[in-house]
Amino acid sequence: MTSFQVPGWGYVLMAVGFAAFIALLIAYIVVNRGFKRPVFASPYVLWIIVFTVIPCLLVAYFSFTDPAGNFTLDNFKSFWDANYNTRKGIDPALLQQYQDMGLSLDDLGLGRNPINIDTLVFSLWMAFLCTAICLLLGYPAAHIMADREFRLGPTLVVLFVVPMWMNFLLRTIALMSIMEDGGLINTVLNWLGFGPAKLLNTTAAVQVGMVYNFLPFMVFPIYNVLNKMDYQLSEAAMDLGCNKWKIFYKVTLPLSIPGVVSGITMVFMPAVTTFYISRLLGGGKVQLFGDLIEAKFLSTSLNEWNVGSALSLVMMVLILLSLGLLQKADPKGEGGGII
Amino acid sequence: MKKLLALLTLLTLLAAVMPLGALAADEVVNVYNWYDYMDESVFEQFEEETGIHVNKMYFTTNEDMMVQVRVSPGAYDLVFPSDYCVERMISEGMLAEINMDNIPNFVNVEPSLRNADYDPEQKYSVPFMWGTVGILYNTTMVDDPVDSWSILWNEKYADSIFMLDSIRDTLGITLKYLGYSMNSRDLLQLNEAANKLIEQKPIVKAYYVDETKDKMVAGEAALAVVYSGDALYSMELNEDLAYSVPKEGSNIWIDPMVIPATAKNKENAEKLIDFLCRPDIAQKNCEYIWYSSPNAAAIELMGEDYTENPTINPPQDVIDRCEFFHDIPDDFLSVYNSFWTKVKNAK
Repeated sequence: MTSFQVPGWGYVLMAVGFAAFIALLIAYIVVNRGFKRPVFASPYVLWIIVFTVIPCLLVAYFSFTDPAGNFTLDNFKSFWDANYNTRKGIDPALLQQYQDMGLSLDDLGLGRNPINIDTLVFSLWMAFLCTAICLLLGYPAAHIMADREFRLGPTLVVLFVVPMWMNFLLRTIALMSIMEDGGLINTVLNWLGFGPAKLLNTTAAVQVGMVYNFLPFMVFPIYNVLNKMDYQLSEAAMDLGCNKWKIFYKVTLPLSIPGVVSGITMVFMPAVTTFYISRLLGGGKVQLFGDLIEAKFLSTSLNEWNVGSALSLVMMVLILLSLGLLQKADPKGEGGGII
Repeated sequence: MKKLLALLTLLTLLAAVMPLGALAADEVVNVYNWYDYMDESVFEQFEEETGIHVNKMYFTTNEDMMVQVRVSPGAYDLVFPSDYCVERMISEGMLAEINMDNIPNFVNVEPSLRNADYDPEQKYSVPFMWGTVGILYNTTMVDDPVDSWSILWNEKYADSIFMLDSIRDTLGITLKYLGYSMNSRDLLQLNEAANKLIEQKPIVKAYYVDETKDKMVAGEAALAVVYSGDALYSMELNEDLAYSVPKEGSNIWIDPMVIPATAKNKENAEKLIDFLCRPDIAQKNCEYIWYSSPNAAAIELMGEDYTENPTINPPQDVIDRCEFFHDIPDDFLSVYNSFWTKVKNAK
């Protein structure tokens, strides 16, 4: 019941595994410089198989089985109706007793429960909003940073990179204390006489946290594309009589689309699967789909793992579909394609 | 080269999973505990007095611990689970019977904390620490008497209440508030409790577990549901805070010591249990952890510091109103889960 706890062995294993991965990667790069032979990719392939392919297969396996290992589609029915597996777990005789008393499943709070779908829709909406805000904030920022005539551009790049040297959790916790009732923003508001505003533990706070964390993933792909763009193209356009707005509209924007596509993917993907940011900034009152899945896996009853896997699979398929659609907009992967 | 790299990976992995106990002395006892839940100088003293080396290992959640004890038989000799887990471990045959003849210091254990519901015959466990769940409140922000759970539903304290982000605890106190058992398996009662919590959600500031302590110290809310240990921590840092166990009753919990059925050094584990029940050692631990001690002789040694503190030493009538958690089987736990999800996802 104590509140200070060391991470379990699993985390140590992960840390060591990660260190080993880095070591192997370095070894691979060093070796590969001399002999470019695909055989040296095998450590990485092994890594992918053990830590990516097998876990994905496990998720798929879990989502189509019950805890006893028999094939079932119930976990997907649970996605549609969150109470499906719950009702199955209750002794039918007990349910009958209540029904004999004239109580329906709805009276018992065990009727169809659309929580999973509602939460998924909410998460998609939050992710969409986050991506849109990141694009609106990020494109101009990237454009300014890549502008050759703007001398502070490189400084801005550094300012964007430096916070990323710190773990995102720490940054989010910092955000939490900035937005608290007794935090920085509210202290200033109090001083100005606007009284404390309720900032933390709201949907808006979660959105701010998401935009804050994912903005660099929008800025850098766009910045990369704009930075590499042949400057002479704009000059040629100017020679041919384009004004600044027309250059942007006719030359810069179309050429930067691969970066935008890459940015959208890189923001939308983590945004849909967000969890923990919502817990920290939403005070446990704002639940995203990621939180829902996390709760399933933290539960003690094994059955929940199967349902959690099914929820993950649904989300993976959705993400894959949206990635496929985006890939069409950037077939050559010029924006530093994702997969 | 490929083989070499593969071998290296394997070695790193092996090094990671090798228990520290592999480098053991002749006589050892492998202890599996929560982090920071023991004054570790006690172990040094035990090693000096008995020559038995203590290997320390830690877990983060009861669930982690259960899995580890299952998959590595023989790795642990003395484990500190929560009470309801003991109930499950007993029913799954995971625990060894403790030979009470080897624990002469068991006489020090408070009779009211013996034979608790999770181990009615006191065959498998010995209490280590105990506590309650109650309301921590800021006396400068609350002017009503804090003696009922109903204050958590009082709109006057809107946006100034922290609830526990924990299924059993939060549904449990709500059931208690409604006059039911914390271990209810009545669907109507559970549904009523869930609806009560959904009704309360708009005035709740946040659902926290570990963050509550520090936020209460900082004066971020007027009321919070906390474990008594956390309450003491906060009260030490902020004089305006007070703790109360509501009159409707609450949860009382014991963290017992148990020996897994697969333990390799059972007698050493029993020696350590006996050592931890020794009054001076129990006192040392209690003063370090600052939870309630089940050790009557140690309490006597601590004197008024302990007995005059109602948070750590609640009067008998408070204890009488409290209830232990029972293990709820997986099937029915999903009912709890589904009601809790409903509360957490309510807009």
